[in-house]
Amino acid sequence: MTDKPLTKNIKGDKPADLAAYEANGGYVAVRESIGKKSSSDLLDMVKDSNLRGRGGAGFPTGMKWSFVPMEKTEGHKYLVCNADEMEPGTFKDRVIMEKDPHQLIEGMILSAYTIDADIGYIFIRAEYHAAAKALHEAINAAKEKGYLGENILGTGYNFDLHVHSSAGRYICGEETALLNSLEGKRANPRAKPPFPQVSGLWGRPTIVNNVETLCNITHIVANGADWFKSLGLGEDSGTKLFGVSGRVKTPGCWELPMGTPIREILENHAGGMADGYELKGFLPGGASTDFLLPEHLDLAMDYDVIMKAGSRMGTGTMIIMDDKVCPVATVRNIIEFFARESCGFCTPCREGLPWIHKILDSIENGRGEPQDIDILNRQAGFLGAIGHTNCALAPGAIEPLASAMKYFGDEFNQHIEEKQCPYSAKNGAN
Amino acid sequence: MGPISMAKITVDGRTFEVDDSDNLLEALLGLGEDLPYFCWHPEMGSLGSCRQCAVVQYQNEDDERGRVVMSCMTPVTDGAIISVQGEKASDFRKSNIESVMLNHPHDCPVCEEGGECHLQDMTVMSGHKDRQYKYQKTTFNNQDLGPFIGHEMNRCITCYRCVRFYRDYSGGDDLAAFGSRGRVFFGRAEDGVLENEFAGNLVEMCPTGVFTDKTLSAHYTRKWDLQSAPAICTSCSLGCNITVSERYGEVRRVHNRYNSEVNGYFLCDRGRFGAGYVNSDDRIPYCGIRNANGVYEATPADDALSHLKTLLNDAKSVIGIGSPRSSLEANFALQTLVGEDNFYSGLSGSEAEIASLQLQVLNSDIKTPSLAEVEDCDAVLILGEDTTNHAPRLALSIRQAVRNEAIDLAKEARIPLWQDAAVRKLAQDARSPLFILTSSEDRLDGVGTGIRLSSEDIALAGINIANGIDGTVEGGADIQPIVEALTNASKPLIVTGSSSASPDVVSAAVKIATALTKRNAKTGLLICTDEANTLAAVKLTEKPFPATGADVAIILENDLSMRVAGSTLDDWLAQVTNLVVIDSLDNNVSSRSSVVLPAATFAEAEGTYINNEGRAQRSFGAFKPKGDIAPAWDWLLRICHGQDLLTDVKHIDDLLDAIASAHKDLAGAVDAAPNAAFRVHGQKISRMTHRSSGRTAIVADVTLHEPKQPEDNNSALSYSMEGTNQGAPGGMKAYTWAPGWNSNQSISKFQHEMSGSAGEGTRGVKLFTGSSVQLAATEISPDGNSNGIRIVPNWHIFGSDELSNRCEAIHSLAPSPYALLSPGTAGKLGVQAGDALKLAAGDAPSLAVMLDDSIAEGCVICPVLEETRAYLHLQAVGDRLLIKDESWTPPAGDENIISSDRSS
Amino acid sequence: MWIGNKVNVMSMAKDKMVSALSEQEIEEIEAEISHLPNRSAAAIDALKIVQSHRRWISDESLSAIADLLQMSTAELDGIATFYSLIFRQPVGEKVIMVCDSVSCFLMDGEKVGESVKKKLGIEYGETTSDGKYTLLPVTCLGDCDHAPAMMIGDEEHHDLKPETVGKLFDDASKRSGDDAS
Ligand SMILES: Cc1cc2nc3c(=O)[nH]c(=O)nc-3n(C[C@H](O)[C@H](O)[C@H](O)COP(=O)(O)O)c2cc1C
Ligand code: SF4
Ligand code: FES
Repeated sequence: MTDKPLTKNIKGDKPADLAAYEANGGYVAVRESIGKKSSSDLLDMVKDSNLRGRGGAGFPTGMKWSFVPMEKTEGHKYLVCNADEMEPGTFKDRVIMEKDPHQLIEGMILSAYTIDADIGYIFIRAEYHAAAKALHEAINAAKEKGYLGENILGTGYNFDLHVHSSAGRYICGEETALLNSLEGKRANPRAKPPFPQVSGLWGRPTIVNNVETLCNITHIVANGADWFKSLGLGEDSGTKLFGVSGRVKTPGCWELPMGTPIREILENHAGGMADGYELKGFLPGGASTDFLLPEHLDLAMDYDVIMKAGSRMGTGTMIIMDDKVCPVATVRNIIEFFARESCGFCTPCREGLPWIHKILDSIENGRGEPQDIDILNRQAGFLGAIGHTNCALAPGAIEPLASAMKYFGDEFNQHIEEKQCPYSAKNGAN
Repeated sequence: MGPISMAKITVDGRTFEVDDSDNLLEALLGLGEDLPYFCWHPEMGSLGSCRQCAVVQYQNEDDERGRVVMSCMTPVTDGAIISVQGEKASDFRKSNIESVMLNHPHDCPVCEEGGECHLQDMTVMSGHKDRQYKYQKTTFNNQDLGPFIGHEMNRCITCYRCVRFYRDYSGGDDLAAFGSRGRVFFGRAEDGVLENEFAGNLVEMCPTGVFTDKTLSAHYTRKWDLQSAPAICTSCSLGCNITVSERYGEVRRVHNRYNSEVNGYFLCDRGRFGAGYVNSDDRIPYCGIRNANGVYEATPADDALSHLKTLLNDAKSVIGIGSPRSSLEANFALQTLVGEDNFYSGLSGSEAEIASLQLQVLNSDIKTPSLAEVEDCDAVLILGEDTTNHAPRLALSIRQAVRNEAIDLAKEARIPLWQDAAVRKLAQDARSPLFILTSSEDRLDGVGTGIRLSSEDIALAGINIANGIDGTVEGGADIQPIVEALTNASKPLIVTGSSSASPDVVSAAVKIATALTKRNAKTGLLICTDEANTLAAVKLTEKPFPATGADVAIILENDLSMRVAGSTLDDWLAQVTNLVVIDSLDNNVSSRSSVVLPAATFAEAEGTYINNEGRAQRSFGAFKPKGDIAPAWDWLLRICHGQDLLTDVKHIDDLLDAIASAHKDLAGAVDAAPNAAFRVHGQKISRMTHRSSGRTAIVADVTLHEPKQPEDNNSALSYSMEGTNQGAPGGMKAYTWAPGWNSNQSISKFQHEMSGSAGEGTRGVKLFTGSSVQLAATEISPDGNSNGIRIVPNWHIFGSDELSNRCEAIHSLAPSPYALLSPGTAGKLGVQAGDALKLAAGDAPSLAVMLDDSIAEGCVICPVLEETRAYLHLQAVGDRLLIKDESWTPPAGDENIISSDRSS
Repeated sequence: MWIGNKVNVMSMAKDKMVSALSEQEIEEIEAEISHLPNRSAAAIDALKIVQSHRRWISDESLSAIADLLQMSTAELDGIATFYSLIFRQPVGEKVIMVCDSVSCFLMDGEKVGESVKKKLGIEYGETTSDGKYTLLPVTCLGDCDHAPAMMIGDEEHHDLKPETVGKLFDDASKRSGDDAS
């Protein structure tokens, strides 16, 4: 048994093919479970494992699945893999899909079996051409081998899997927007309830999970819930794909135990800050999480620990902000992204984010006014809570803004007082 | 709907009982709270996009912080603790309206919506006034959406109401949301006429001034300067409730007037945009007598009346021809004047036959549903009736009826019905059964099963269906699904009518309904006739048209040339010595008359209309007509007085009493509205808002003295702003307004519950409620001509109705005469596309041939138009012979003959 | 700065393709429809398929697709204009998409973008006069550990330097020149 289940097959440039995957224990879980174990046994196992969704929100996967109605009805049930991965600073799912597609496919077969879904979709972002190609090839190989399609391995269980490549837009990663997009519609998020588990794709029961979440299922089913729990260092179980981008010596993505301290990830794996740069702050899990400071480096990357510190673990891919870059400009960049990617459905997000962007832009360019700070604070409160908007995009967008204003508020004021960006002034002086 | 169960909720410390199937917004509005909203609509449920309806919800009594929730997306739950006033909620609403207004232009002064704008109201209500946004606003290009609807996209607040109404509710597909983020655009793929027949409702659905009424813009007046009246639409037999508004003696616009049982919140575009004929140059302003040179001379009313008195006194024979578009009162007065034996309904033969059948049905134990009840039906069979073009608002209700399957699914899945998107998503394509047996394509085909047959075959199929239901004959495979759907339904509905002018079809429908009613008393049968008051006319007499002429023939509001074909009419007119016409617009009969009396239109007169479900409704005029124009019943009353008839009748209320004593089953008409003596707190009901501006300035260029406002002795309404609107019964309100609510959304303040009834008296009075008559069995006779070709009249929402077609915007969408037939039928007749057909008999217009595979073999579909209508009702088989018109040359640019089809 | 409402897309030769869809396009679209519950569900796939053949979706293509999927042009256009990678205006032979999200921003991504603009002489949303390239910003490409990153057509390029990024285009044109010979 490995302590790096998610990445054990990832070697070199090429995706692991079916033979290589099987040689390393692949599809054993499928062979031993489909038709042999009951779906409620598998569900119990996933519940016991304490697996939390790796898409960003950390919702317990077993609990999510338990809302799927299991009585036999006419019509399909769907399992959807969220492979949209468009959150800035996030680059973890791509690694798996490009290098070990069968791991995801096996995880999806087992998951689908557990909730009795007969059709699966992998919703992959448009730009991931290599990953989509690897998945297509792997699906064909798995089909040929009888792991997918009708009557899987002679058990009578059917599961069809398709890859749907997106047409762009970050909002498609929001699970109900994703479902609308899969239906060929405009990707506005849906109101919840009803939750997709009850009425999802084409009104049928549907589960949406992140790539990494689904990959974990393979290993939980193969090795058991206890083993999975033992992988984590703290409260959370399993391993996690952590990543670091920004001015560090060796940016990258690594599979590490849940609860690995931030400092360890940053210093041991990412090699510490690049020469000449100092750590100013960081977003622990993608662009929609709150900034943390160097003082938080000793925290463990656990959902609840990071939450207590006032941020979110999100996707576990950290974005490092160094001391040479302007925090106002950084936040402006982030808000510009969210304003551009808002679906435009609900008022606070559609109107608020562009306004915030314009204000940040004028502050950054030395045209800010003192009352702009009030407006930013007010807008942050207005957009920033779940329930204020139709989906979590806007609250996510506010997290880096609100935390930057909290931690780097002086610098916002400095821009306004000096009527210029202190950083560009510095750079200009160089 | 099951029984209502109630829940206790606490709102800002006070406890209320509310319906627990509602969402919080509905419940709170119902309690009279001023809670702002945009995207929610009582008829279309919630969406959750505007975020304006925020309230604070507390978990329990110990929860002091509470959570901001969207009230429209939150179900009412027993024990819920809510605050509307709480700072958290009111701050949120204030920020939200600020956001809504960020990109909204500051163009209220030049915006058609100004003064009755939901956005204005909500902005004030939410307490936002100072703008802090100092950047550029988003701008868009506008589109030309046709003759009815203006487009000003910059005013859009992205509430999605337009597309939800247009696409989800009324089945249109050429309006959509484009783009995303801060640039969502609502419009068409390219400029062009909006195709949906209910597009006009966008004017009222849009909470701001994006979609506006072009026919109003052309001679614009603010809401508060309009003088309005509660009226009944006279464009078809359904009797939708409207508000008609005028200024300076011109009709300016028609708005929907809420009636929970009839039209609810929506009108069709003919009803909304078709009233412009009232302002037409073709109006007859004065009485006239044709002089010795054959020229009309304007004559003072008294002279005209005494001339008439002489004519009548001298005449050996007098006949009166009534009108299916005139009021019950006028028809009755004419009947009284000429005597029962000499009175004719003025209907075409087939319409009279169908309407008599309808009367029998109303008096039988077969149920005739209201439009609201139609929406409850869970299986619908349409027999030969083109609802969208002939009784348009009904088509909209049938669209809602097919959703009952979806509603059942949602109930099963415990999704509240106001969760509109979720209900639709869950249901996907699941629909209650709808079968449409017609001779040509039907707008409802997309939500049902369209079956194309000739009228004769529709009648035969109907009889087979009836037999199948009875179990007397095994139904064939093709009709078995229909039989099953109808027998399995809990509220089956049969819809038929006179649009295909086939009494046999209607008989067959009656037969089906009879068979079904035996098994299921909730069966409904709805028969649509051609005109707003067909039932009143046929109730007074079943005789449609006289066989011979007379010394004096009085024609009441009826262009007979549309009912009696050319030579037949000519022959009859030749036998009439003195033709007296009472009408509002010059037409093919008034132009041949010797005496004419100028009649008021619906916009200028009160009168009672009996719709196709036997509902008597009173319509009121918005203004005193010009010149000598008077209500037709008023002219007739004056003529009667000259003949010492109805001498006790001074007043429309007396006339109604006279009707009630003469016809027991019309007695209910008296109660259709309060009489002229009715007062609210001692006051009459005002036709103008108290916000009316500068009334005295109207004639300031002439005199500084305020002119005396005309008095209205015939109703409880007053001209001008004197009197009161508050407290008036729903059916008598000339406009809807409540403090803080200047837009039409103020209606919510007068509804007992949202979407419920709006005060007393809105609903009219159902007549003919007896269930005495045993319906006789019917026989089907072939309706084809000698070579098996059948002419099928094709109604057009724009063009087929006599009066609305005299309105420019409507007429611009009317088709030119055509003949639509299958290639097979064309072969039989020896014509091809590009040729024309004409009737062997008479001087009927040429019909441009158009081919369509879907038309039933042997059928030739022809549009109902002023110039064709009479010919489509020809009874004699020989006259119905169609031949190639050898002298035809197609007009230039003929590819768009049916412009009102409006489909690309 | 998005092509959907971009001011200054270079005037290009009008879509020279036949307005109706090709047999191959129809075949590919039908294949997608075959595993979907209704035809209009294939809207996005169909747009992508046609775009893969014609680079962009002209009004003519849009109507043809709408007809094929039995939906209204308005509805399809509503979908097409929602998504950022469906082009409703002509684009060059290759679309260059420079990541402008935060990880690239932190690694001087803006300067990379500037260099590309300078090299090609166009702004975001514009197409080179020879019709070869259209330049667009794009959201995070998931290549953050190799920031800054961009795509030229389907090819991804990362660890870019503002000083050297221009060379990519020289190489690319050389390569395509080689292909041609
Ligand atoms: C705006 C937005 C974008 C999102 N993008 C993604 C994404 O790209 N990938 C993903 O897995 N989850 C994304 N999510 C989270 C999903 O909505 C959903 O929670 C997740 O797919 C559930 O999977 P999990 O339970 O396995 O974490 C996004 C959420 C929001 C609000
Ligand atoms: S928060 Fe933004 S992205 Fe989410 S539904 Fe509202 S407008 Fe769309
Ligand atoms: S009315 Fe509640 S969100 Fe719009």
